Amino acid sequence: MEAVTDNLGLFVSGYWRSVTICLYALVGSLVWGTVLAVFRVAPVAPLRQFGAGYVLVVRNTPLTVMLFTTAFVLPQLGFNAPFFWLGVLGLILYSSAFVCEAVRAGINAVPTGQSEAARAIGLDFGQSLRSVILPQALRTVVPPLGSVVIAMFKNSAVLGAFGVGGDLFSVSNRLTSAQGYAVAPVLIGVLVGYLAITLPTGALLSVLERRVAIAR
Amino acid sequence: MFSVVALVGFVILAAVVVRRLVDQGEFAAELWSPLLWPGDDLFVVVWRRILAGLTTTLTAAGLTIAFSLVLGTLVTIVRVLNGRVARAPLVVLLELLRGAPVVILIFFTARLLPTIGINLPLLWYLVIGLTAYNFVVIGEIVRAGVSAVPRGQVEAAAALGMTHTQVMTAIQLPQAFRIMLPALISQLVVIVKDTSLAAIVLTGPQELLRTGRTIEQNLNNPLQTYLVIALVYIVLNGLLSWVAVLTERRVATRGQRAGRARRGAGRIQIVD
Repeated sequence: MEAVTDNLGLFVSGYWRSVTICLYALVGSLVWGTVLAVFRVAPVAPLRQFGAGYVLVVRNTPLTVMLFTTAFVLPQLGFNAPFFWLGVLGLILYSSAFVCEAVRAGINAVPTGQSEAARAIGLDFGQSLRSVILPQALRTVVPPLGSVVIAMFKNSAVLGAFGVGGDLFSVSNRLTSAQGYAVAPVLIGVLVGYLAITLPTGALLSVLERRVAIAR
Repeated sequence: MFSVVALVGFVILAAVVVRRLVDQGEFAAELWSPLLWPGDDLFVVVWRRILAGLTTTLTAAGLTIAFSLVLGTLVTIVRVLNGRVARAPLVVLLELLRGAPVVILIFFTARLLPTIGINLPLLWYLVIGLTAYNFVVIGEIVRAGVSAVPRGQVEAAAALGMTHTQVMTAIQLPQAFRIMLPALISQLVVIVKDTSLAAIVLTGPQELLRTGRTIEQNLNNPLQTYLVIALVYIVLNGLLSWVAVLTERRVATRGQRAGRARRGAGRIQIVD
């Protein structure tokens, strides 16, 4: 077990790096995903089609292909950024499609009567979305968004494997390859790190899910 | 009105992107023709490679779903039939596997197995790593399918004098499989996507994405090659998702009223 105890500092810093990647990706994909969801329900046909097309393409593409695109293709087009940010950008573009679908499902779960009533009292699309639909939609969106967050934390490992560096995956790779530690203890150490996020989030989710279910 | 504005916006956006591509020389014929022009010397070689990569991807995904289905069903049977005490260690293991990133499982499969003397072709490390994660997910799908079989079926079978195991294997599972078919196909899409993780954590096999990497490094055209590789994934997964929707509709019309109600409820549009 000394592979873990000797390198506890390394594991902890890897853990925080993973959390950091996840936070950046979360903020980015919440913004872009909500914009896409608004596109998908907008009364403007080209916006709807763009949103639908984006989701269709991104949901059916592996995250790895998305990362290859942002990391190898964008620099060739003269779009240069540090490798870390290209990786985070790939994760944001990928996760946004799932955030979009979660938010859209939430919007669709708001009864039609609500948007009809909003229109009847003279609100336009933007106003009814802002003050009537989205506040109700975001409540129901919490549980599915939680699953997106769990997936995002796991996907941060893909970024690590891709060479972004410093995260939990990279730590495990470095310890087992370069420094020759026994594989099994390192695996356990890394798994504990990931489970420390995914399990509590999952538990929190089922609590939230129950509360939302009562409220409705 | 807004439609016109949005359309103009998208056209301008597209024009900017195309302009950029032209400036960078990305429309040069030699970058595209090995992929798109059948008359090109390399066309046949390139596409033979892509199809071989696709075959490997499908093989890995097919093996994974087959193993996961068998393991997932066994686990469900054990979970349903055994007492709480016998179940606890199994549940802990399942939660551990489900909480772990699949990329880690693939990576450590390839690291761990050789240290205990198991040396396999790289494809098998990929399949084992993917199965370690997916059999848990599919176990959940099976469990949901079993619990969706009406209670009366189980009671009727018990009234006929069947044992627990008989009720499970002869009554519940066969009906559950039909109910869960759409979910299984959707999971297959996830598995197909995850096979590409081998391209970054293993040194093989030559699945679709690694094939793309090889082609791109030889032809020096990452944009064009990854575009084609992405399209292959999108078409394949799009078809699978479409089949999943079709089967869901079929299952729903066969007396599963919940499915029909859900389809009706999902179509609320905000109109202005």
